[in-house]
Amino acid sequence: MIATIWRRAAPHLSRPSHPRAALAILTSHTLTFSTTTQTPSPAAKMDAIGVLMMCPMNTYLEQELDRRFKLFRYWTQPKQAEFLSQQAESIRAVVGNATAGASADLIDALPRLEIVSCFSVGLDKVDLARCGEKGVRVTNTPDVLTDDVADLAIGLMLAVLRRICVCDKYVRSGAWKLGDFKLTTKFSGKRIGIIGLGRIGLAIAQRAEAFDCPISYHSRSKKATNYTYYSSVVELASNSDILVIACALTPETTRIVNREVIDALGPKGVLINIGRGPHVDEAELVAALVEGRLGGAGLDVFEKEPEVPEQLFGLENVVLLPHVGSGTEETRKAMADLVLGNLEAHFSSKPLLTPVV
Amino acid sequence: MGSGDEQLPEIVVLGPPVVFALYDQQFSSRFRFLRPWESEEPLPQFLASRARSTQAAICSGDFSLSAAVLANLPSLRLVVTSSAGLNHIDLTECRRRGIAVAYAGNFFSPDVADLAVGLLIDVLRKVSAGNRFVKNGLWPNKPDFPLGFKLGGKRVGIVGLGSIGFEVAKRLKAFGCGISYYSRKKKPFVSYTSYSTIHELASNCNVLVLCCSLTEQTHHLVNREVMLALGKDGVIVNIARGAVIDEKELVACLLRGEIAGAGLDVFEHEPRPSPELYQLNNVVLSPHNAVLTEESMEGLYQLICGNLDAFFTGKPLLSQIPDE
Repeated sequence: MIATIWRRAAPHLSRPSHPRAALAILTSHTLTFSTTTQTPSPAAKMDAIGVLMMCPMNTYLEQELDRRFKLFRYWTQPKQAEFLSQQAESIRAVVGNATAGASADLIDALPRLEIVSCFSVGLDKVDLARCGEKGVRVTNTPDVLTDDVADLAIGLMLAVLRRICVCDKYVRSGAWKLGDFKLTTKFSGKRIGIIGLGRIGLAIAQRAEAFDCPISYHSRSKKATNYTYYSSVVELASNSDILVIACALTPETTRIVNREVIDALGPKGVLINIGRGPHVDEAELVAALVEGRLGGAGLDVFEKEPEVPEQLFGLENVVLLPHVGSGTEETRKAMADLVLGNLEAHFSSKPLLTPVV
Repeated sequence: MGSGDEQLPEIVVLGPPVVFALYDQQFSSRFRFLRPWESEEPLPQFLASRARSTQAAICSGDFSLSAAVLANLPSLRLVVTSSAGLNHIDLTECRRRGIAVAYAGNFFSPDVADLAVGLLIDVLRKVSAGNRFVKNGLWPNKPDFPLGFKLGGKRVGIVGLGSIGFEVAKRLKAFGCGISYYSRKKKPFVSYTSYSTIHELASNCNVLVLCCSLTEQTHHLVNREVMLALGKDGVIVNIARGAVIDEKELVACLLRGEIAGAGLDVFEHEPRPSPELYQLNNVVLSPHNAVLTEESMEGLYQLICGNLDAFFTGKPLLSQIPDE
């Protein structure tokens, strides 16, 4: 049937043998009906480009990658090493995220790899140095998720200090009939310490200011702002009621929140992590919370997701979320469109939308 | 009672308010109190026999200070309520009797506004639901937690742009929300769009935050028509009084998906919210504790003492209710 439609719609073009490729051209908006010779539309070319998706991350993205490219789903391969050696020649792009990206080993196994497009702003799962050496481009999804992550940071602060989740459970259990809930802690006016004053850190600061919270920060370098700068994280923690991690994960920032910082934050202090699990010495954090040496925590990320230390489950002063910082319908669609846009730009030899390397 | 006790001014406590229970010792070092709940006598008899010459009363926000109760306090010249709300006090009778009323004023507004924002973020971003998901150990087996909805860009309608409404607006603006309002009086120095009916407000918004006082006019102000106008992706946050919403209709609209979710600190019949709410994942419930923070209670204690001190030394009250 495709042959019939093809003869009517695009007789001047040579029909690809693969029916899916033919359909892609037939449904492509670039199809014209001129009788002059045409170069194959971008859709036809891209359909043959192998893209390796590292793990399930977004249904829309997966469907679009499948539609526009030749999609390989890494997580469905029973023997991944074998799969890589068999398909190495076809794979020209990798799509990764916060869970799985492009390690040096993976990059080395894919000699035709041209681009790694991350469905995240964080790049900690991509060996950027190796990409640089091999001339592999890297893109991520900055800006589109800044607001959502900052919103969630404030949401976690409010949830911890005002015990919103605990109160919800209190009402649902019928306990309210027996008595009032105990006093919670005021959020407005609390001193906020931000580790990393990049896009997300700044967005958090701007929101917290509307609650009359004094803002201070620690960063690799002092920024041109009126917020108070501390050159050490321990000093920042000592002078904050709420410490929030908003920096990128690098070898330098791994375990940037350690025992010393936790002690400085203290039994009335609260830690909020919307960065990466490895930013925190998780064992120390758990011990401090269980022993009451830290006042509370709101955590969206963990060292070994989706594993979360069970000792935290029963703590009222701890709020735990399943890495949903950018998890809204609107933002995930925008992130997916950025990934797709970057890939299409690269394979059309156009400038990348959000290049990192 | 200590030897110097009789010199302390005498005050009757009605309720009692939470702050009184928390700060009983501190209060008692400065004033002498009549505590009706410690007596076996029913309240009217207690007041009639013990409070005939009492000039001041402290009252909780859920104690019905009616004309009937006031009739048993013939010497009363001051009521200090621990609440910002005044719907529990017969203000007409107080005015008639020349009884001054002091309240919490704007003192609680930041705390209440904070909770309104916290509830809204929780509903949109599924914070409580996510916390339950992780703490029930579900994350490893069900890696897909449902996506939430972006707060930025939401069109927020504030019902009642008083002190609390203003604080809510200020905060949500920083999250990139559009702000409009419906209030008894249009506020001249405010740049937010005002609508002259709540129906118009709801039609032009996808979030409603209720910040108005409870009066005859605002009883069941948010009814089925308003909720339908708000729409299927609409979220309601109520930190005002339960009766501002028709709770039966709210439950029906939530069950039928006619609105997307709700964050509620108050209910029509506290402490018994409609039980259907307990089954819903798109609501966040709070036990009417928007003002119950340690800092606010400490501040409230100071404010109440300040008002009582001022009264007994003939000075102006710190937080007298505005003339209306």
